[in-house]
Amino acid sequence: MNGRQQAVFARAAEERRAVLIGYFPAGFPSVEGSVRVMAAMVRGGVDLLEVGLPYSDPLMDGPVIQAAAERALREGATTDDVVRVVSRLTELDAVPLVMSYWNPIERFGLERFATQLADAGGVGVITPDLTPEEAGDWIAVTDACEIGRTFLVAPSSTDARIERVSRATSGFLYAASTMGVTGVRTQVSDAAPTLVERARAITDLPIGVGLGVSTEQQAASVAAYADGVIVGSAFVRAVQEAGDITAAEYAVEALSAELARGVRT
Amino acid sequence: MAALDELDAAFRDAIGDPTFTATLTDLERDYTGRPSPLTRARRFEVECGGARVYLKREDLNHTGSHKINNVLGQALLTTRMGKRRVIAETGAGQHGVATATAAALLGLDCTVYMGEEDTRRQALNVARMRLLGAEVVPVVNGSRTLKDAINEAMRDWVTHVADTHYLLGTVTGPAPFPEIVRHFHSVIGRETREQIIATEGRLPDAVVACVGGGSNAMGIFSAFLDDPSVRLVGFEAGGEGVDTGRHAARFAAGTPGVLHGARTYVMQDAWGQTVPSHSISAGLDYPGVGPEHAWLHDSGRATYEPVTDAEAMDAFESLCRTEGILPAIETAHALAGARRLGRELGRDAIIVVNLSGRGDKDVVTAARWFGLGVDPTE
Repeated sequence: MNGRQQAVFARAAEERRAVLIGYFPAGFPSVEGSVRVMAAMVRGGVDLLEVGLPYSDPLMDGPVIQAAAERALREGATTDDVVRVVSRLTELDAVPLVMSYWNPIERFGLERFATQLADAGGVGVITPDLTPEEAGDWIAVTDACEIGRTFLVAPSSTDARIERVSRATSGFLYAASTMGVTGVRTQVSDAAPTLVERARAITDLPIGVGLGVSTEQQAASVAAYADGVIVGSAFVRAVQEAGDITAAEYAVEALSAELARGVRT
Repeated sequence: MAALDELDAAFRDAIGDPTFTATLTDLERDYTGRPSPLTRARRFEVECGGARVYLKREDLNHTGSHKINNVLGQALLTTRMGKRRVIAETGAGQHGVATATAAALLGLDCTVYMGEEDTRRQALNVARMRLLGAEVVPVVNGSRTLKDAINEAMRDWVTHVADTHYLLGTVTGPAPFPEIVRHFHSVIGRETREQIIATEGRLPDAVVACVGGGSNAMGIFSAFLDDPSVRLVGFEAGGEGVDTGRHAARFAAGTPGVLHGARTYVMQDAWGQTVPSHSISAGLDYPGVGPEHAWLHDSGRATYEPVTDAEAMDAFESLCRTEGILPAIETAHALAGARRLGRELGRDAIIVVNLSGRGDKDVVTAARWFGLGVDPTE
């Protein structure tokens, strides 16, 4: 695993709390705007930044993140921009990783992507549509660059599947709390605790739970059983609802602080 | 993965069960109207360099295209898995209509996702689906065409997988979908092979089909893969011309990539973002192509060529006037290809064209194209 990513989970464990993982798409509403928003997320208390690489066909995402990705692509965001955003965030002492669908990584070149990301200070990559069966080359290049790999498990995953996914994972394990796409939900699924419990019996990897968290209370309830609480759509929505980038920074920092309290209770 | 594993197991169990196959065969005969005829196109073939041209008449199937073959198979599979609901994507609307039909027949709930752009150019099929009791959801994301309808159907499926089957309409998507869809369309190729041998006493020199996702082509190609003397040619949408950028020519202008869970040829930019495709025919307007076609292309067993909107519409008009058959605009791409190939192969050649669908749904588009002054939307 990547040392800096590991240190984030180790420090949280010492403090007997969960890690707050915040997702935001690079290039939304602009490249510079996304850096400012993510910096505000870190100021509010986000521990690990999940920098989204905008993709034309984001199958795992609900309407909020889809709209943001479309906007980022219309504004001309590229993979080069994502690497630049990661680099800027590293300079700000943040700990960034990237969440990307597979095709843009493959097109950029696996080795080139992993190398540039590592040079920019990236600590990991989440690949929602890459299966371990197809990940041989990816495992080799990310191991060589000490980039943490995160694969996903879902409530429908069998124990054998969880084991296979865990073996391919070298960052945290991403547990999708529910069957479905990203988006704010009033209630975080009760399938998540069961899934995390099953995964704990199989792997020692830290486990992050995502899909649906938007409030302090939800963050607290997920933090009770998971090592990481992943929040995405709520941040994107806060920026979409803000009038300008300064208002967006303010809203995002406040939301981040609220969620940071949640993971500490 | 759990859903795909479940589907894979159910599919293998079903095709090994004689009762399942017998039920499907009965439906194909009594409901679809199979076998579909193989019609010699005596007047059209004059334009094909004098080659003998046969049309495999999938347009005469119930619902008007080959799509019903796959739909009946997967709908039976749905009930066998104990699921109550089917969802589907549709481009031209033929797969959506076929799915809505099978859902009505078997008493399943049905939701069809269709790009908003396509709901406009295929309004007739939207009405047909709704008459059949299906819910049609216009998709307003991305390019608002078939690719985005597939995205939305996949999102629905992962959310409702416990009671829902995603009845994918073409030979793409993650395994086992390409294999399942090919299997249920392979009846086209099996019948064609028997019919042409009964009529001509030999195999054809070429078998041609249009290729969007590629289901009708895979269905007819599948019976001839081991016959090296039979040329297999797929015709993809050249749109306004491959050099204009406005086309759906994945083989002519795409590059290998991953789209919708399949590694195949994709229209993409330098960053791996999917590039919007264009074709006058909604059913060919897709930036990816079935992965088995990519394999046939790379192995050299099949070849693929673009046909422009204009060439397709010219062939469309020609088949109407020479044979009294109004083909789907998708299919017209294969007919234009047959003309091109016939002139190359010459007089003694035998060409089979998969006439994958009828063109009633395209009357408005065609009337506008030919300036017939009968456009009911104007």
